[in-house]
Amino acid sequence: MKALTLAATTLIAASAAAADTPELVVYTYDSFVADWGPGPQIEKAFEETCGCDLEFVGNGDGAALLARLKLEGARTDADLVLGLDTSLIAAAKDTGLFADTEVTADYALPVDWTDTTFAPYDWGYFAFVHNKELAAPANFKALGESDLKIVIQDPRSSTPGLGLLMWVKDVYGDEAPAIWEGLADNVVTVTKGWSEAYGLFLEGEADMVLSYTTSPAYHIIAEEDETKAAAIFDEGHYMQIEVVGRLTGSDQPELAAEFMQFMVSDAAQSILPTTNWMYPAVMPSGGLAKGFEALVKPENARLIDADKVPALREEALAEWLSALSQ
Amino acid sequence: MAVRAFPVSTKSGISAAALVVTLILGALCAVISRAEAGTGFIGADWSALRFTVWQAFLSALFSVILAVPLARALARRRFAGRGVLVTLLGAPFILPVIVAVLGLLTIFGRSGWLNGLLAQVGLPSISIYGLHGVVLAHVFFNLPLATRLLLQGWQTVPAERFRLAAQLRLTPWAMFRVIEVPLLRQIVPGVAALIFVICLTSFAVALTLGGGPKATTLELAIYQAFRFDFDLGRAALLSVVQLGVAGGAALVALWVLPVISLGGGQDRPQRRWDARGGVQRGLDGAVIALGTAFLVLPLLAVVLRGLSGAAQMPTAVWAAAGSSLFVAVISVLVLIVLMLPMAGWIASKRAGGVEAIGLLGLSASPLMIGTGWFIVINPVMNPADLALPVTALVNALMALPFCLRIVVPRLRDTVQDFGRLSASLGLRDWPLWRWVILPRLAPQLGFATGLTGALSMGDLGVIALFADTERATLPLQMYRLMGAYRMEAAAGAALLLLVMALGIFWACDAMGRRYAAA
Repeated sequence: MKALTLAATTLIAASAAAADTPELVVYTYDSFVADWGPGPQIEKAFEETCGCDLEFVGNGDGAALLARLKLEGARTDADLVLGLDTSLIAAAKDTGLFADTEVTADYALPVDWTDTTFAPYDWGYFAFVHNKELAAPANFKALGESDLKIVIQDPRSSTPGLGLLMWVKDVYGDEAPAIWEGLADNVVTVTKGWSEAYGLFLEGEADMVLSYTTSPAYHIIAEEDETKAAAIFDEGHYMQIEVVGRLTGSDQPELAAEFMQFMVSDAAQSILPTTNWMYPAVMPSGGLAKGFEALVKPENARLIDADKVPALREEALAEWLSALSQ
Repeated sequence: MAVRAFPVSTKSGISAAALVVTLILGALCAVISRAEAGTGFIGADWSALRFTVWQAFLSALFSVILAVPLARALARRRFAGRGVLVTLLGAPFILPVIVAVLGLLTIFGRSGWLNGLLAQVGLPSISIYGLHGVVLAHVFFNLPLATRLLLQGWQTVPAERFRLAAQLRLTPWAMFRVIEVPLLRQIVPGVAALIFVICLTSFAVALTLGGGPKATTLELAIYQAFRFDFDLGRAALLSVVQLGVAGGAALVALWVLPVISLGGGQDRPQRRWDARGGVQRGLDGAVIALGTAFLVLPLLAVVLRGLSGAAQMPTAVWAAAGSSLFVAVISVLVLIVLMLPMAGWIASKRAGGVEAIGLLGLSASPLMIGTGWFIVINPVMNPADLALPVTALVNALMALPFCLRIVVPRLRDTVQDFGRLSASLGLRDWPLWRWVILPRLAPQLGFATGLTGALSMGDLGVIALFADTERATLPLQMYRLMGAYRMEAAAGAALLLLVMALGIFWACDAMGRRYAAA
């Protein structure tokens, strides 16, 4: 009986303590919350100072995140959304659910960051990854003329796939259809998402796979495998910048703003590179992990303005479909 | 026909069927309720529809054509390892798509074993990418299932018929015509319809092996409408088209099912006097060897890859395995409650059209059902709190058509053979199920529950929307590993998934068979 009373008191005390602790809910993509992803470490670091309970909720990928947010509308439990990228910013703003931000930082991005709603937390360049012994082509035209086999992702179901579409459109504009016709015979297949494509490449199904310039860093640092490299294209490389934003409907606006500032702080930025395998948005004081210095650095960073993406996407998708459906 | 005289209550069957219809149509209505005017059916959708139907048709055709000789050979032979092989027939079907595809590529891919062999003898290499690759993968998934379903049919033939045929000195060919052809006519259309519907909604296989956007299926268009365009009107429209095609195919196939009774027997074990010759034995042996090679080699590739990655699996994988097991058990329980009354109702009707209701659950896009219920639940409570019940319910819904296909034919025979006797003895309701129906249904129930448990293990579909932060299932954890470059560890997780799914499948299946033998 005594034990029961004791247990009951402890329970009541625990729940009372829980009620005092504000809860901060962050929607993010699925691989962020995995045990080996950035999520658990970020959560631990933020909870040390915030006196709150930070909860990550994982959902598929960036596009799935936005779809879920639209489904929930103003009723959403989320205080923040982390993991949209520049291709989705326009659509995210259209929902009217996001609040402006005052986050400032000394960004280490190749482009100027002027958006006042979202804050970038990491970024990467899209690139074709291949085995080192392969003599990689220097641009899309050379790739189209070669006999090399590539695996790409479907722009209708994956963010890298959409990134490639935008990359070609940004470089070639009205000539994009011709480029895709040149690439049509190189494309072994188009996959649903990044994982499937990368898996096929490691399986030896293709010479190159669409991924990021940071991909070889994973193989170097985590597997001590130096056989992979990213091909540098002289047309420049399209960027993916991943962002975090807070919602107007949040019941913890101060905490949410604090979390956004935390995401560009040294604590968070030093965790991201070797858990998310992307470049940090702000250079951490300790610099980058050993292995990152071996990565190729594109000369010319390309990015289409977020508000121009939706219209261009329609046009580029139609061109892509007709070129590859021949 | 003693069908009418069978005292099975149809009320609970009709309510179970109504629940299934409500679940699907409710989701559809919820999606429509949120729709704004969007893009209608466009030109690209027609070609997607054509491709979807064509590949599903070919896949169903080849799966069934190849399953007939394989099932027949397995039905006629007893050999060491047969039990293991029959259990393995459940394996390809329950693997997550990407795992099965990687397994297939190890054999048929650009740098696969087959092309390695061809290069050795100086032949040009073959490419798996295209319509033929999609069909090959679908046959790999569904041939084992078709074989198992046909095998079930063979096992329902009373042993006395083969004995009589042997006494009449019927040749194997005559035996095939007299006993086996009517049997096939009764089972094949239903099996073909089932596989057609499975392939109709598959999209990851078609996308990965199709070689490009030529291989766009309706399901991908639905996915795009939900995820990238958030055009709910279009998503609903495409879902209706998909339901229509699947429902139509199911109705046509099930309508032509003749209701024939093979007559009662004494439930003795079958012996086949007609299959004793050397030629027969050689033929069966060759068919079994070929079928086994086609199914086991890709699985072997999955196992080998998994063994090398098993050491790298993080501990989180084990927690996920626990969650998956929990979901599978709950799904099985839900399925039994849903299926038995429905099967009883269908079996007591003469026409098979009602079974199409079961197929609806399979032809609805999981994304559509998930989104629809998300819309319904969200204003009332947090969908994440309902992740588990919704997942169990949807898994049961997905497995329902398979289970009906497995259980109904046997139940129908039981109704015909024992209906009158039970009625005259005044057996009804629970005692009737307890003493007459369930004992005769044991092997089918074991197979059906095993399949449901295994399917729920490997399912990823709906749970993704109802994300539950605390509990990741094993397939989800496997995809996360892949998404973090950890392909080796993911292969280990895939192997664990394969072992667990096969384990639950074998446990239920063996229990059913043992019960029947006792």
